[in-house]
Amino acid sequence: MLNPDSVGSTFAGTESITVSQSEIDAFCAVVGETDTTIAPPTFTIRITLTQFEEILTRPEIGLDWSRLVHGDQKFEIFSPIKAGDQLTCAATIESYRVAAGNEIVSVRSDLHKGSELAVSAWSTLVVRA
Amino acid sequence: MIEVGTVLEEKVFYLDRALLKQYADASGDQNPIHQNEEFAVSVGLPNVIAHGMLTMALVGKYVSDFAGGSAHVLEYSARFTKPVIVPAGEKVDLTVSATVAEVTDGKISMNLSATSAGVKVLGMAKAVVRK
Repeated sequence: MLNPDSVGSTFAGTESITVSQSEIDAFCAVVGETDTTIAPPTFTIRITLTQFEEILTRPEIGLDWSRLVHGDQKFEIFSPIKAGDQLTCAATIESYRVAAGNEIVSVRSDLHKGSELAVSAWSTLVVRA
Repeated sequence: MIEVGTVLEEKVFYLDRALLKQYADASGDQNPIHQNEEFAVSVGLPNVIAHGMLTMALVGKYVSDFAGGSAHVLEYSARFTKPVIVPAGEKVDLTVSATVAEVTDGKISMNLSATSAGVKVLGMAKAVVRK
């Protein structure tokens, strides 16, 4: 069970992440995107889901990642991501509830390039009963 | 002419097990429910299913194409209502279309439809692009 005291808290990601051209190329190849100068709109999930897993499974937060399914996802893109961007990730646990034994957690991640907010992403994660 | 109610041209993407593996590597999501049939069935799924985020990435390509490139996509959201089921040796469809919901000075909002084998796989799917 997720520690309810963690709702409303913001957690900084572990370190700054530098986006590589090869990562963007690989993501573009999956969807058939030929313009690889800009990352596709959902590219940052590659960063945020990894960060969420690291943060939400910390012992003091306690989410069970093994029974997780993705409920919904939203992106707001203020500045498109390109190779060479150095990003920092902060995750905020926005809400938590239990319905029919399933835990439903809403998490927002904010990706900054320096002081500029580049992408905000909201994920609803469901831990199945 | 793009106006409220305009229906955008349908596009069909095809998914197979190789694409799921390729997406697993590109995204870092190596959950076995997207690659290993025995494991998927053991956790109560009908078969291997596509990553919801792969479905969303493909529909995102549809949005980017309409917008004239990824740089023009401002907002994009979806709910994962049903899985895209990908049996071994098969190519399954992801059929995408959109209806323009709002046109303002600088932006176009659209409601997206995504189905696989006739089943709606994304709910409340929306995007806002720069005009």
